[in-house]
This record gives sequence, C-alpha cells and structure tokens, in this order.
Amino acid sequence: MPSAVADPIRVEAEVLSVRRVGEYFVMAFAAPGIAERVSPGHFVAIAVGGDRSSMLLRRSFSIYRVDPSGSFGGTLEIVVGPKGAGTQWLVSRRPGDMVNLIAPLGRPFSLPVDPVACILVGGGYGAAPMFALAEQLRERGSHVDLVLGAATESRLFGLVEGRRAATTLTTTTEDGSDGVQGRVTDVLPDLIKQHDSQVIYGCGPMGMLQAIAGVASDHGIASQCAVEESMACGVGVCMTCVLPVIGNDGVTRMVRSCTEGPVFFGDQVRWSDVGTVPDDCLGAPTPTVVSAPLQGRGALPDEPAPRGPVSRGGVR
Amino acid sequence: MNTTPVNTVDMSTTFGHLELAAPVTTASGCAAAGRELDQFFDVTQLGAIVTKSIMLNARSGRPTLRMAETPSGMLNAIGLQGPGIESFIENDLAWLRDRGATTIVSIAGGSIQEYQELAKRLRHEEGIAALEVNISCPNVANRGEVFACNPIEAGGVIHAVRRNTNSRVPILAKLTPDVTDITQIAKSVIDAGADGISVMNTTLGVVIDTTTMKPALANVTGGLSGPAIRPMAVRCVWQIHQAYPDVPILGMGGIGSGLDALQFILAGASAVSVGTTTFNDPTTPFRVQVELEEALAQRGFSSLRDAIGFAHPLETD
Repeated sequence: MPSAVADPIRVEAEVLSVRRVGEYFVMAFAAPGIAERVSPGHFVAIAVGGDRSSMLLRRSFSIYRVDPSGSFGGTLEIVVGPKGAGTQWLVSRRPGDMVNLIAPLGRPFSLPVDPVACILVGGGYGAAPMFALAEQLRERGSHVDLVLGAATESRLFGLVEGRRAATTLTTTTEDGSDGVQGRVTDVLPDLIKQHDSQVIYGCGPMGMLQAIAGVASDHGIASQCAVEESMACGVGVCMTCVLPVIGNDGVTRMVRSCTEGPVFFGDQVRWSDVGTVPDDCLGAPTPTVVSAPLQGRGALPDEPAPRGPVSRGGVR
Repeated sequence: MNTTPVNTVDMSTTFGHLELAAPVTTASGCAAAGRELDQFFDVTQLGAIVTKSIMLNARSGRPTLRMAETPSGMLNAIGLQGPGIESFIENDLAWLRDRGATTIVSIAGGSIQEYQELAKRLRHEEGIAALEVNISCPNVANRGEVFACNPIEAGGVIHAVRRNTNSRVPILAKLTPDVTDITQIAKSVIDAGADGISVMNTTLGVVIDTTTMKPALANVTGGLSGPAIRPMAVRCVWQIHQAYPDVPILGMGGIGSGLDALQFILAGASAVSVGTTTFNDPTTPFRVQVELEEALAQRGFSSLRDAIGFAHPLETD
C-alpha cells in the first residue's frame, strides 16, 4: 500500500498577499521547507476559521506557484474560488495573518522521459498547476500547447502567464466571451494533430477531466488528470475522497485521491462510475446487498454545482 | 510539541492485563493504521494506535459522497472500506510491529461467525496489545441492525471473540450511543467477557444539501462525530462508570485538547481516543496527550489513575 510520497510537513504559514484575479483570489504564503519540494500537481491542505473554528475539515488546493528562494525563505501560492464559508474565511485573511497548512501532499504529474509535445488543459482555476508544469516541460524541450477553458471570461485564470509559460495558448469559453466558443475538448483534436501530441495533462472539474481522458484515448495518447474529490483530511486517514481506479493488475479499487492521487492516468479512472462502487470493484458488496445506484453522479457538469463548504476548492 | 510539563505525572493506565504507558490513542477509523500520521508525529509515543476496523474480506465501502461537514463535526458514511484481514496482517500490522507502536486492533463483522473468524485469525499474531470489537457497525445478518443496539447480540459477539482470543489480550467492546440505556448494553458485554468498554461510536445523522435538495451523503445516513457530540460521549462514559466503576473505559467523542480529554478521565475513562479532530490537524492525538499531562499536573495529580472518575461523588457504602 503506498502512503503519501511527498513527505508533507505542517506549518504555521504567514499570509504574504491576497489579490483578486477575475472571480478568483491568488493567495501567497511564506512556506519555508515546503517550496523546494513541490512539483506541479502537489496540493496543500489548509485549516480554516481559526483555532476555535467550528469548521473542522481542511480545505485542499492545487499548488499554483512556488518560489524556494523568495525573500521570505520560500513561498507558496494557491488560487481560491470562494464558494463556501471556509474559502470565504480564507480569502478574507490579510498579510501578516497566520494559517496552518500541510504540504506538499499527493502524487504530482509525471513528466515524459522524452521531450514529446504535450497539451495542458486547465478548467477555471484548475489551471493553477499548469503554468509550472508548462515551464518544466519546456525546460525539457517539450512543445507545450496550453488550453484554458471556463464558462465565461471572468472565470479564465492565468492568460498572461499562460502566454509566457506555454508555446501556444488557446482559450475557450462556453459563452464566447473569450477565445473559442465552446469547451476545451472542442479544440483538442486539432491541437493533437498539429504537433503529434503524446500526452494531455488536465486539471479542472471532473466532467472536463472525463472528456479529456476520452479524447486522449480516442487518439491513442496518454492523459494525466488531477481529480477533484471531496476530502476531509488530505493526508490519507479519513477515506472520504475515494474513486474507482483500475490498477496495473487490472483490478478496480476504491482508492484515495489524496495519497494515490490527485493525479491519475486518465485511462485508469472509471469516470462514468465515479460516485458509485462498481460491482466488479475489489470488495464491492455482493449483489444481494447492493444499494440502489445514485442518480446523476456519473456525468458531472463542466462547472460543478456548489458542493457546500466541504468542496475541495482547488484540488482537482 | 516539545512542551515539558511543570510536574511529571505518571500517565500509565490499565485495561485488564494491558498496561499502557500513556492514556491517549488514535480513534478507530480516524488514523488508518498509523503510517500516515507517523509523518507528523512519532506514533510510538502515543498510548496506542487503534487501527481502522478490519473485516474478514476486502471491502470497498460506500459510494461517494461519503462525508459532509457539520458545525464542529462531520457526518460520514465510509462503510468500513478496508483490505481484509490477510492484507491487514501482512502490511499494516507488520508495519506497526516493526515501528514499535502499541497496537489495538479493531475488528468488525457482519455476523457473529465473522467476528469469531477474525479473532481466530488474529490469535497467534504478534504485536497485538488488545482487540477493540466494533459492534456498532451495521449487522448484515440482522438486516441492518447494529449489534450494539441489542444486548443479546452484543453479548453474543463479545462471547465469541473472548472465547477465541488469548486470555492475556484484553478485548474492548465499542458501543453506540444510539440506545435507550447504554448501561444495559455495557452489562451485556461485560457479562460476556469484555475487559473494557470503548465508548462512543458515532451517532446517526442526516444532512440535506439545500442546493441539490437531496441527502448530502450517497448513503443518506451517516455517523456524526467531532466536538459537537462531546457531551453525549462524556455522558456515556459517566453512566457506564457510575454503573460499573471497576470496568476500564476507553472514552472518545470530539476530543481535541487536553482539557477535553480530562473531562473524559474525570467522568471515568481510563484512557481516551482522539478521532475526528485528527482530520483538522494530524498532530492532534500527540498534542492532546501532552496537554492532558500538563492539565493533570496543574491540578495537582501525580498519577492519571487518581483522576479517573474523580468527578463522581465519593461512594458511600
């Protein structure tokens, strides 16, 4: 059984800045001892509400950027889409406030051995880890097409930075307020053909990830997706953030997205079965005691419905 | 984490044949098998690691969503996801033994036979300080009832486990608060051979998501835990200690600080487990242990044992 491989640490971190970007907030923290060990795809779990908070559960966020050599001895940034009481508390912190964070958590994106062309797709603030990933891939000689998509222009994140970090940038919005009108998957087939792309990396809502994994598999190429699942602890002890994943042995297991993920190969996640326990899953209930399948959990909309304050904000 | 108490308190405590060097453990289901938490504190320093309830066979658990945050607590329906006893022995128990942690193995079954098989399978394994018998999970054989809701069923499970466990390994029966009179269930499991009582498990709840206007959990009902239920748990400890003052109790329910733990000790617990608050901060179990020692010292106790049940009126014969 793999445990967390990132060797996370827990620190009281000073808030360095909070700035509004479109509908999101970018928060920077002093995080000595963490920044130098972060890879794109790692996440951070943050306690919210202060010491006497009635909100017990940590909120988890993809790590957006790190700077190991900042003047504060290592900094870490996240992108927050305030949806519930916990994330609203977080974005109302001010420079100098302290928050308790644990990072780096989870298994990050893995980079191809050869400098093959890659497509990076970020949905909304799920774009957060894609800029550092783009930089690392380009340093290794990869051609990087970045696709940022959202329902509308104000929910696109990182256009300026995306232009700098990637070889090309394409944006899509469902309402046509920026870039191509439609969804990220509409532009993927052409991009794949243009540069003979070998890998698609995705971070965003589950419905988008499912669609990306589908496009990748239709084209016979690999995909790596950082999933969003509701989490309580972020460190592997609560067993709430599980989803059905096919192992290398061909067996489906309910695995923790916090420790075995959040990044999974797109063809190993049983996207249509997320929110259920498939009958052929290891340890699934026998048919006589199986509960009725949930309705409407298989196909999540591109923009997830608010799941309440426990929604895993940015970890996708 | 290195705070040194003003005075040294003898923190050792006893469950039947088992002496624990310290009185704080992880709560079953909130610490996996200790390995993840060992990244954040030295798990060998705790009184014990109580492992997540293990069943005979691998079990996938319930569909997601499995959890909803509630005021000072959470509602969960994990459904005893686990790898099954063989994988547990091979991987988790082996790790705990190699690591040198004091280990209390929690077992759960769908029938009395399953508990019996689990006890038999564990009987000759090294490195088990005690068994915690989780009888507060759904009883498949009895159409969804919980063993610990029925004194006869509860006693039946404990009797079967006791008969198949080395007499030097204490067994603790983990009870649910969702009964009319918890002392009746306690009597039943004590009579059946339990060396101690673990109390309490979660209490049943429902959260409705007002956006979807459906239950928040895929399983509809879930177990409520966390500081929100702490007074219920202290009440359970109080009632059982009052009725059976000589039976050691492992108390749990929303403990997040040394003073929280002290309430349980004063109510009659011999040791405490830290559960849901671990999700807020993985170092909580160790911090609670340090703070409890400080709190006892500040109140002039030189020994934890002197504080057990201290809140109860003196017995007069």
